[in-house]
Amino acid sequence: MAAWFTRSGNIAHHVKRNMGSFLRPAPTLSDSSWSRSPACLGNSPALLWAGRLESTRAQKLVDSDSENDAPLRDDDQAIDFPGGRVMLTSEMQFIPGYPQQRVHCYHLMNNDGQTNMCSSFEQVSKEVAVKMYSDMITLQIMDTIFYEAQRQGRISFYLTSVGEEAINIASAAALSPDDIVMAQYREPGVLLWRGFTLQEFANQCFGNKADCGKGRQMPIHYGSKKLNYFTVSSPLATQLPQAVGAAYSLKMDNKDACVVAYFGDGSTSEGDFHASLNFAAVMEAPVIFLCRNNGWAISTPTSEQFRSDGIVVKGPAYGIQSIRVDGNDALAVHNAVRAARQMAIHEQRPILVEALTYRVGHHSTSDDSTKYRPVDEVKHWEMGQNPVNRFRKWVERNGWWSEEDESQLRSSIRKQLLQAIQVAEKMEKPPLADLFSDVYDVPPSILFEQEQQLRETIKRHPQDYPSDVPV
Amino acid sequence: MAAIFQGIGAAAALPSAKKFHSQSRRFVSARKGSLFVVRSDGRPSLVLPRGAAAKADASATSTASKPGHELLLFEALREGLEEEMDRDPLVCVMGEDVGHYGGSYKVTKGLAAKYGDLRVLDTPIAENSFTGMGIGAAMTGLRPIIEGMNMGFLLLAFNQISNNCGMLHYTSGGQFKIPVVIRGPGGVGRQLGAEHSQRLESYFQSIPGIQMVACSTPYNAKGLMKAAIRSENPVILFEHVLLYNLKERIPDDEYVLSLEEAEMVRPGEHVTILTYSRMRYHVMQAAKTLVNKGYDPEVIDIRSLKPFDLYTIGNSVKKTHRVLIVEECMRTGGIGASLTAAITENFIDYLDAPIVCLSSQDVPTPYAGTLEEWTVVQPAQIVTAVEQLCQ
Repeated sequence: MAAWFTRSGNIAHHVKRNMGSFLRPAPTLSDSSWSRSPACLGNSPALLWAGRLESTRAQKLVDSDSENDAPLRDDDQAIDFPGGRVMLTSEMQFIPGYPQQRVHCYHLMNNDGQTNMCSSFEQVSKEVAVKMYSDMITLQIMDTIFYEAQRQGRISFYLTSVGEEAINIASAAALSPDDIVMAQYREPGVLLWRGFTLQEFANQCFGNKADCGKGRQMPIHYGSKKLNYFTVSSPLATQLPQAVGAAYSLKMDNKDACVVAYFGDGSTSEGDFHASLNFAAVMEAPVIFLCRNNGWAISTPTSEQFRSDGIVVKGPAYGIQSIRVDGNDALAVHNAVRAARQMAIHEQRPILVEALTYRVGHHSTSDDSTKYRPVDEVKHWEMGQNPVNRFRKWVERNGWWSEEDESQLRSSIRKQLLQAIQVAEKMEKPPLADLFSDVYDVPPSILFEQEQQLRETIKRHPQDYPSDVPV
Repeated sequence: MAAIFQGIGAAAALPSAKKFHSQSRRFVSARKGSLFVVRSDGRPSLVLPRGAAAKADASATSTASKPGHELLLFEALREGLEEEMDRDPLVCVMGEDVGHYGGSYKVTKGLAAKYGDLRVLDTPIAENSFTGMGIGAAMTGLRPIIEGMNMGFLLLAFNQISNNCGMLHYTSGGQFKIPVVIRGPGGVGRQLGAEHSQRLESYFQSIPGIQMVACSTPYNAKGLMKAAIRSENPVILFEHVLLYNLKERIPDDEYVLSLEEAEMVRPGEHVTILTYSRMRYHVMQAAKTLVNKGYDPEVIDIRSLKPFDLYTIGNSVKKTHRVLIVEECMRTGGIGASLTAAITENFIDYLDAPIVCLSSQDVPTPYAGTLEEWTVVQPAQIVTAVEQLCQ
């Protein structure tokens, strides 16, 4: 306990500031909407996330002002263990591992694009709504066409985000361009929103010399420094501790920005997930952990991945304020991420957002999900709970979209994509020199030698080297 | 033989580093002045000429008001770290107990009080995660130094080090760089048990994109620490548990050593002995015996474990034609195995005998003191090997 108070003034100040907001609903949304949706777990007695700071305050009182304390009754016995004061009870009670009632899911818009008259939320402007919808359509078409391209053997691999368009686009729309994005792989929509062009997507998938990754990563593993989207790395959850590190960097610089780390339900089993949440909480890092709980990790359903009430309950275990949101509801996702961002930056703390959704597509082009799940289950989600259709209905209701806009956009995007693919396919692959550059800042002599050896081999056997790849 | 064994304990713990210093001074030409030196392979390196450093304690006999200052190896590491933190506000430290506790080996002592809790960050116990954190911070522009309490624990960070640290600069097409320094003590200590006696340089040496250096004296510890921090590449700095209390006089002037250079410890003519870290001291112990027996070994502390300084090593091989490698790694897949291959590939024409490599056996390090001693190459074995090699 002593260590807590000898930390630098900065952190102690944060503790004092945060103690209030921990126990109060978030100031940015109106009180009514928060109290109606107890998704923030503020009132659940079974989950003792507020306990730590409460007891810290209690400890301070005891330290400073012992004479004025009300005398403790027999039942009010407490012990000051390391970590704070705990009240004692003679009633043996185990906290349930699974709640009687599952955490509620924040939801604003039904399948017909109608919002609840009583719910209040920040309105989305026409401009933003139309861009959101157009990008969702673009993402859909991009997924279809690139998937087909893989099936035709034109690219080696692809992975779709079908069913998760709302999570991708709506969350991206709630962020600022300064916010750092660390994605898993099913979030190209975020990059799309920020301005990555269709040509750039195609270049990366075809691994040609115009790819800003210089053809070094698999398709879908996009990265763009200028758009603040860190290059995707295949192993699951490795981006989570990196996100905490990036947030730590923003914190040091006092930037008005946060980090958003995306990951799926499967990644929450990795050790890195738990440690990152813990670190972020201890370090008070401005990072939003956004979990796309789509029900499946390749063939593993969530019932075999964890036994808790989803991911949202794990946040409080680490002292993190959390919310569960309907991932197919673009408005809800947008609002929740916007609020989370405010909290993360102004209160310098991590937030966990669990977006519930369904992975309509196969895991990737290497997977055939019909082998482990019924086709009608997939159809139910694809037709009945489609996030894109739902949002379109809402936009149409506002008079901001028409059938004509729809068909025009679809055919235009399709044309652009086919064009981009043709260009990307024809473009030269990266030259041999790119095999050896960027391993280090300056290539060491051993790599230089290896390059020379390779070049000699190519010169000696030119018939074995592809003619369309520059040297 | 018994006398040598008895000496081992004392010698290994606190050898007189000054002696080695004065020997090297005699044979290295003093290059004056410039801080930047262009090596003969054309690559520039930031190094203070060794002559200048030796000049600092030129009057080896008098002790009064000598230039330079004496300190222990862990203090030298700290001095290097502090100087870099002063110089560049982007440099930060993260690890377990590095803050107020000052680090398990006191390398970061006093730094948290000076730079604050955020720049010298105490992390929870999750090596993969705080290494990942350092990588993320580096990609955003900071220059973190990640401390593993013991190198062995960094096995938990292998995923981040291999898959991300070494790779992201490449896979991002050069967009993101990872100028991290990962450091910590490793090697066989005094009865620390198998899990705390790991030699991670063997496991990490294959990872593309990282550099590895091993320090062995206060002088090179400070210089390598500074060089590692300034490098744009991820660097793993291997320290040794038993060398932290070595005392040496180092220059007051600022100096930065080259990450890719080996150190000539004792020039000679008969045999090239390549070693690094703690084994350097066992080799120098053996060298004393060898000199008495009439041999003239050339001892090189390779320092740079990845990439090898084949320039310095090659020149030595061309002169002596015999190579003995003395390492603490296991026989199988250690630094010695790679070094043997590299030398054979490049300098086979200059070798008069097969390369001999003395390493630890392929066993977990036992706790029992005498058994532990026998898993580590002893000076007597080195003497025997040289004698056999020079027949």
